[in-house]
Amino acid sequence: MDLKDLYQEIILDHGKNPRNLGKFDNYNKDAKGNNPLCGDNVHVYLRLNENKKVEDIAFEGHGCAISMASASIMTDMVRGKEEKEVKEIVTDFLGMIKEKDSLETNILKDDEKTKLMSLSGVKQYPMRVKCATLSWHTLTSALDNSDQIVKTEE
Amino acid sequence: MNIDDIKREFPIFDDKIQNNDLVYLDSANSSQKPRVVVDRIYDFYTKEFSNVGRSVHYLAVAATNLYEQTRVSVQKYINAKDKDEIVFTKGATEAINLVANTFGQKYLSEGDEVLLTELEHHSNYVPWHFLRKAKNIKIEFAEINNDGEVTLEAIEKKITNKTKIISVSHLSNVTGAILPIKEIVQLAHSKNIPVLIDGCQGAPHLKLDMQEIDCDFYAISGHKMYGPTGIGVLYAKKKWLEDLPPYQGGGGMINEVKKEGITYGELPNKYEAGTMATAQVIAFNESIKFMEKIGIQNIEKHEKELLDYGLEKLRKNNSVNIIGNPKEKGGVISFTIEGVHPHDIATILDEDGVAIRAGHHCCQILHDKLNLPATARASFGVYNTKDDIDKLDEAINKCKKIFNL
Repeated sequence: MDLKDLYQEIILDHGKNPRNLGKFDNYNKDAKGNNPLCGDNVHVYLRLNENKKVEDIAFEGHGCAISMASASIMTDMVRGKEEKEVKEIVTDFLGMIKEKDSLETNILKDDEKTKLMSLSGVKQYPMRVKCATLSWHTLTSALDNSDQIVKTEE
Repeated sequence: MNIDDIKREFPIFDDKIQNNDLVYLDSANSSQKPRVVVDRIYDFYTKEFSNVGRSVHYLAVAATNLYEQTRVSVQKYINAKDKDEIVFTKGATEAINLVANTFGQKYLSEGDEVLLTELEHHSNYVPWHFLRKAKNIKIEFAEINNDGEVTLEAIEKKITNKTKIISVSHLSNVTGAILPIKEIVQLAHSKNIPVLIDGCQGAPHLKLDMQEIDCDFYAISGHKMYGPTGIGVLYAKKKWLEDLPPYQGGGGMINEVKKEGITYGELPNKYEAGTMATAQVIAFNESIKFMEKIGIQNIEKHEKELLDYGLEKLRKNNSVNIIGNPKEKGGVISFTIEGVHPHDIATILDEDGVAIRAGHHCCQILHDKLNLPATARASFGVYNTKDDIDKLDEAINKCKKIFNL
């Protein structure tokens, strides 16, 4: 194990200065996610337009460097993508964090994949995997609760 | 006492953990186990095993005697009047659930109040919350002050004529504050209110004398007292155990069972339904003996020295913020580092073999009050040394370096 794999410069950067942090007014989908074990929480807001494209996305919440960086990179990556593409990226990312060595989707460009792969260091730290995946599960939950604002928790 | 000798009694320190000497600073979560405790479990299962309190064969009688010997050891250790005031449970959590459930059943109804504090562990809140849901009782929280303490005055402020029971922690697992439990009990008794003490953090570190404290109930966790998991103790004054209804139903807790009705067993069987954690109870006797051999005064003194040293060291470390500043404090240091989340601290410290806990430590009410989602926590046991604290301090510096602080 090497801490440098976990805390790469890009993670520290996104962890410290998360992109898309905050809430915007005209979102039409959102979901909350939390991690009861450690108290991390995240609230993902997004706006899908009539063509099912993610027009805007942001998140609120607090957590460790890994979870904040993951949410930050995720929101950057799915903006402008279609719902179907977003789901493919989520599945690919979760698969990579769990078992696969690389990302397979053709939707992401190579530099985007490199960015996402910076999170792969958590594989060596099983207790930290949930930090990296929380915002992604929350994004899925936001997308699935279409048409109305449904929260994953009360 | 020689800490090196004591440390050698704990097999976990014999070998490297992930190529590091283990710096175990998570004893408030669970303590490590001395060899005598581990061996006792092995010996019991390999040479002496039988169920207790039922059969008349040799092994059953011998096992029953061993099981009951632990009860007497605990009774003496905490200076309870009667061995029947010692009820074995699966942990302090079950001990508190037992009281909340049975006391709640008999004495609480809509509008009654249970008084807790803001620094309670979830195990001393959730069982009462069940009653809030089931019976519409109210839960009040005595407030912490800026030093992370709950004073007698803070308790007094929340007592009303609806207060039916007070349930408070002996020693906070986050701020380390030692509550004035003797005074709380005196005050409560002057108003005819019984008191339960959550002694999870008290029992492993402080001298216990039930006659002096005079509480009605005291919950103990075995695994935090160098004992096995799966074993706890509820001390309760005999009048309560006789008065309250049974908790769980099953074998062992009955007197006579007929189709038309059931009578319950005598104390302490009334509260020990089913086959208990026999091996753990028997091995717990070794934990008590281990602590008695060292002497609780010596343990207290040693941990106080560690605490003072740790506080001094960490206060000097820039960007470390220590949570709470209670005048009476046990061996717990919760802290944050500006700019590094506690989970990241814990992972980075772990890389050097420094085991701490990060999170809300099952105290979300307290963390909400402190406006902190999580903290990092170093907590001490009898085997810790000043060297462990130096290593903690070095690892914190490494953490700051990684995060460019």
